[in-house]
Amino acid sequence: MSDRILLGTRKGLFAVERRGERRWEIGDARFLGSPVNLTLTDLRDGAVYAALDHGHFGAKLQRSRDGGQSFEEIAMPCFAEAEEASVKAIWSLSAGSGAQPGRLYAGTIPGALFISDDHGDSWSLVRSLWDHPTREKWFGGGTDLPALHSILVDPRDDRHLWIALSCAGVWETRDGGESWENIGEGLRAEYMPPEMTESPLVQDPHMLVSCRAAPDSLWMQHHNGVFRSSDGGRRWQECTRVDPSAFGFAIAVDPDDPRVAWTVPGVKDECRVAVDAALCVSRTLDGGEGWQALREGLPQRHAYDIVFRHALDVSADGRRLAFGTSTGSVYVSEDRGESWMAVGEHLPQVYSVAFG
Amino acid sequence: MPRVAFTTHLRRHLDLGGSDIEVSGATVREVLEAVFRTRPRLRGYVLEDTGALRRHMVIFIDNDQIQDRDRLGDPVPAGATVHVLQALSGGR
Repeated sequence: MSDRILLGTRKGLFAVERRGERRWEIGDARFLGSPVNLTLTDLRDGAVYAALDHGHFGAKLQRSRDGGQSFEEIAMPCFAEAEEASVKAIWSLSAGSGAQPGRLYAGTIPGALFISDDHGDSWSLVRSLWDHPTREKWFGGGTDLPALHSILVDPRDDRHLWIALSCAGVWETRDGGESWENIGEGLRAEYMPPEMTESPLVQDPHMLVSCRAAPDSLWMQHHNGVFRSSDGGRRWQECTRVDPSAFGFAIAVDPDDPRVAWTVPGVKDECRVAVDAALCVSRTLDGGEGWQALREGLPQRHAYDIVFRHALDVSADGRRLAFGTSTGSVYVSEDRGESWMAVGEHLPQVYSVAFG
Repeated sequence: MPRVAFTTHLRRHLDLGGSDIEVSGATVREVLEAVFRTRPRLRGYVLEDTGALRRHMVIFIDNDQIQDRDRLGDPVPAGATVHVLQALSGGR
């Protein structure tokens, strides 16, 4: 699963295939002309899902059962008319456990979670989250409405999930979604009035990831910093030495080593471009104490790329990484980020990158 | 009976047949629902989950743009053509 990368872009879906050592080839576009927000490859059965946004015609969901050769449109998660709400976009997709064949999760803008138990042929709204009494205090971060961008299924217990929203912080369920708790002691929201900065509800996690081998080790790229938790998201510690900046959208953690993580820094929220117009990936090997800016193979002049939250991924063996940028550039590393090669530089703006 | 003409751009995604669709209905809502009964996937391309017209879609009854984008209550005269089109505001 490390030899193929799926790119969701502003103008279609692209598969990038590895043809040999440090040789990657971009395939023809699928859904050419249509924005593809993200993809999910379900490792349980090999199905590929692509979340599209047709603009005029709204968000749509496609599924492939032949490894991406052909797709069919399937049901979109949607509200009943009486809810007086509409799904604007699918902003996260995750698969359930091996004991839950057909189980999929879809996170959306306006911050609703949907579940399917038939591979996406039908969806149901998770009412316990949609009807939560705090919802009136949730707000959008970069979008008009709250966006549910991260869904993590605990590999030890498939009734235990973490989700994260911009902006409503981190939520946890231990009973399969029947009830939810907003967690996040130690997070800090600089954009709020002083007495509210530490409220878990107002936090803006840009992206939340978990180490597969140590699921309670969570990493977060937050609106105003990088944070790490070793107790399943209950308490967080801020990483204060991210080089060259703690601002960004995407983050990845080594699947086997919870101490190793990568970000792609930008200047700050008021200036969302690469620091000093020089693209780099920042990596920690010691749980966030020390960080190193990795630049080999990345442009160091006149580079104003930013990497959106779903556009950085690490392979299942932790050796390869890939990211795509706002300028349509895609870079791959085969040595854990030490060096990078440009795979494409004139693609449409990249929204999502996923190995598989 | 009114006729419904859909933007050709929809034909990239859905099979709508080759010509305008003739249905019965006295309002835009009734006319569209009649079409959706035999083409259920089409509904999500034209309407939001709330039943309102999608933000970047526009409907004309002959040469008049509809006023009621939420309930689609504009009356449709017998023999009129209802045009369901993309609004240029949605271009990406």
